[in-house]
Order: sequence, then structure tokens, then C-alpha cells
Amino acid sequence: MGSKIGTMGTEELEQLVITLEPRCRKRQSADRAAVIAPVAELDSLMRKLRDEHLLSFDLLLDHTAIDHIQEGRFELVYLLYSTRHGHHLMVTCDVDRANPVVPTVSEVWPIAHWQEREVFDLFGIGYDGHLDLRRVFLEDDWKGYPLRKDYTDPDMLEPA
Amino acid sequence: MSVTVRTLSELLMPPSVADSPLSTQEYFVNMGPQHPIAHGSLRIVLLLDGETIRKVIPVPGYVHRGIEKMCEHMNYRKIIPLTDRMDYLSALMNNWVVARTVEMAAGIETNARIETIRTIMSELQRLQSHVLWWGVLGMDLGAFTAFLYSFRDREIIGEIFEETIGARLTMNYIQPGGLMYDILPDFVSKVKKLLGYLRPLINEYDALLSGNAILQERLRNIGILDGKDAISLGCTGPVLRASGVPYDLRKVEPYGVYDKVDFDVVIGTKGDCWDRYYVRMEEMRQSIRIVEQLIDNLPAGPYMVTKYNARLKLPKGRYYGQVETARGVLGAFIYSDGDGDAPYRMHFRSPNFNNLWAVTHIAPGWRIADYISIQSSLDLVIPDIDR
Repeated sequence: MGSKIGTMGTEELEQLVITLEPRCRKRQSADRAAVIAPVAELDSLMRKLRDEHLLSFDLLLDHTAIDHIQEGRFELVYLLYSTRHGHHLMVTCDVDRANPVVPTVSEVWPIAHWQEREVFDLFGIGYDGHLDLRRVFLEDDWKGYPLRKDYTDPDMLEPA
Repeated sequence: MSVTVRTLSELLMPPSVADSPLSTQEYFVNMGPQHPIAHGSLRIVLLLDGETIRKVIPVPGYVHRGIEKMCEHMNYRKIIPLTDRMDYLSALMNNWVVARTVEMAAGIETNARIETIRTIMSELQRLQSHVLWWGVLGMDLGAFTAFLYSFRDREIIGEIFEETIGARLTMNYIQPGGLMYDILPDFVSKVKKLLGYLRPLINEYDALLSGNAILQERLRNIGILDGKDAISLGCTGPVLRASGVPYDLRKVEPYGVYDKVDFDVVIGTKGDCWDRYYVRMEEMRQSIRIVEQLIDNLPAGPYMVTKYNARLKLPKGRYYGQVETARGVLGAFIYSDGDGDAPYRMHFRSPNFNNLWAVTHIAPGWRIADYISIQSSLDLVIPDIDR
């Protein structure tokens, strides 16, 4: 659905992003234009995605994470939308599960400030440069990060 | 381009000294978690200087039930009832976003009858939600009569849902592959009667509340949210449209049968509380218009295209589908690992979570009484923030 709408096709969009940031790769098994960005390039890529006039992704629709516990990594997912061109892009970023730290994108899109707080609260991802990294739903003294696949809690019916 | 010039003294002095010759003290006040304007459990910490708000710190989480974690242990049909409990005033649209994403991922084609009934039901619910919001906004600002009117009319829409769906709030109606039940034979005539009843009522609402001088004073020019800021703050729905951005999924990326009906995207010009108020008032009229165009020509066909107890297994991949609820863009992100019929990871992009944070941007500088208008005009539903 999302990939067909807008002026640019999926292939064209992915190719343009890779031209802008050559260290990005295409992300397979996604339902729209999707790229994998290395952690080191995430900040500069996001700024280019917002500012490049052919792309102008001005709305960060959603940010979340996936815990690939078998492969020892977290996958961060950013869903971008451009209100000017009407196209969607999924940016994913793999980060080591033992030391999950990525640069914040809250300077690029202010809403990321709170979306990142949610991911920090539930996954324990650290955001470098975030000005107010606090838990958003759970108590400040909560132990562990509930959406991780290895999270256990004495009150859970089926321990992981 | 806009250039904001700041002064050093503004940065170094506490705000109270910067704009007042008197020395005052700043203090924190807790609004909530139990406060009438929260419409649920939302704690707001205000940093006040006298009655002027300096800083707003929203503290959500009092209704956090871990719906996303629960989804990881359930198949896609069992997820539907959980979504009712997020934004309970848009329960049908919440059902629809899961149904739609799963249908797109599994390649299920529904028929025209299913899509038309889904659209009618969603618009009726949008109408019901906006009617309730209107009354509650009136109550928040001290006009209790509006609340009584809205609850009276909300019941009448609720009865139509109850007759077809069997529930008034937690619908569990729109399923992947179709609908839970077909509509009853007298559904069409009852909806027509309802529309005939509601159409003049919206004008009555205007006459009762919109023209009121006190209401206008409390909404006009209060809490102005610029269109550019609204986009960067992730706002969607009536909040974004009131700031003059014509982003409505029903027009931009039509789903259901929205591409076959004629309706207008209502936008504001200024982005103040009044614009957010009036955008919703007009959206009620547009919803009536949409239902009127659809109700006469309901296509024939089955109400479910898959077997109800068929196992839904999605191929490995990342899927994201969205619908426009009464409060903005609701998205469902599914990551399926290809084995098992439960999602490996399910995430909801909730419109209320993203709209909430606009208060931290627009409320500072206004008085506590204005804060009531600002939060009321954002129309937040707390369980959808917390999930």
C-alpha cells in the first residue's frame, strides 16, 4: 500500500537513499521502501532524509524496536513519511544487544524525543545525545525492560 | 525562514524575573492522575509562576497494560479484542487497523460489502466520538448542559452499534477477512432515521455552545500550534488539520470505500483551540455526509471471506498499516518471523501518544485555565497513550 503511493517508486526511493548514504543497504522482507543504516551513519542519514528536497521526510510517524534475541541484536525501526511528496520510507538500524546505544534523532524530529523514551523504557536502548532520557510508562525504579524477549517477572503467568 | 532572537538576560535570569519587576517563586503543581480534564488517569506536572505555566511535564503510564507484550502470545484474531481497549472511543477503527494490516500481509481480498459496512461503522463511530468530545469539552469549560446533550445523542448511536454488534464500547467487530456479524435487516432504515435526527442537531450544538461568548474567549487565540511544529511534533488527525495541514489518510491514502465517496478535508487556519474545536464540528457534518452516500447502496455479498477459525499465518516480514481514527493516524506495525500464528513483535503507533506531547510545546506561557482548554481541544484518550 504505502510503497505505491507518492511520486517515487519503491526501487527509485531506495536507490536515491543509497546514493545519498552509500553505506546503507536495501532491507529485504518489508512491505515498503526500506533501508538498513549502520549506527555510525544514522544521524547524518536522518538529517539528509529530512533536508534533501526530493525526499523531505518531515513526519516521523513511528519509532520502535524488535528484539532479535537469537541473533544477539536489536533492530530499530523508523517509519518516515513526507507530507510534501506523500511517500513512505522504513529505516532500520541493527545494534548490538549487549551494548545497545544509538545516536538520538530528536534533534531532527522533536517527536522522537518521546518515541525514543518509550523504546528506552520498554527495550532499554540508550540514545546518545538525548536530553531527557527517562522511563515514560513504568516507574523509575523498575527492574528490566519488559519488551525484551528474555524479560521475566515473578507475576508473569508464563515465564520467558 | 523565521529567525528567533533571544537575549542573554532571558537565558540567565529565571523567567519570573525576566518579565516582571516583582520577585516571585516558581512551584510545581500536580494535575492528576485523577483530574476531571484528564478523562482517565494522566498525571500532568506543571511548573507555575503565579498562574502562568512555565513548563509542562506529562507523566503517562497509569493505564499501561502491556498490550504489545500480550500480542506476542496471541494470534491475530485474539489481538482484535485487545485493540478495543486502547482508544475505546474509536474501537472499530482500532479493530480495522489490525484487520487491514493482516489482510495486506496475508493477501486477503475482501469484498465491497465488507468495506462499505466497515466505512459506515467507522464514520458512525467517528461521529459518536466527536459528539462525546464536544460535550466533554463543554463540561471541562463549565458548560454542563453540553455534556447532557452529547450523552443523550451518543446513546442513540450506541444503540445502533449494540443492535448489530452486541457491544457498546468494546466492539470486537471488524475481523481479518471480514466482519463478526452481518448487519440486521432494519439497520439501513435505523441509520437513516439517526442521520435525519443528527443533522439538525449539529446546528443545535453550534447554537448552544459554539456561539457562546465565554467559550469563544476561552478558545480563540489560545494554545496556537503552527503547522510546521505540528508536523515535527508528530501530531495527526484534527490537531494537525486545525494547524492548516490537509493530511487526512481517508483522502491521501484512501482505504475502505473512502475513494468512492465525496467529502471535504476540514482544515483550520491558525491552529488555536478554536480551530481544533471547529475542525471537529465540521468533521461531524462530513461523517454524516459520508454515511448518507453509502447507506442506500449497500453491495450484496458475504460478510466474511475467510473461515472464522482459519489459522492466519503471515509470511516473514515487516508490515505497517494505518487508518485514520477520530484522533489521528493509528498505525499497526507487525514483524512476523514466519512460523507460528502470533506476531514476533506488534507495535501500535497511537495517535494520542504522539498528540499528547504537543502540550509541552504550546502550553508554556498560558494560564492554568487556558491549559484546560488546550488539553480538552487535543481530545486525548488516556488508555491509548499507555496501551
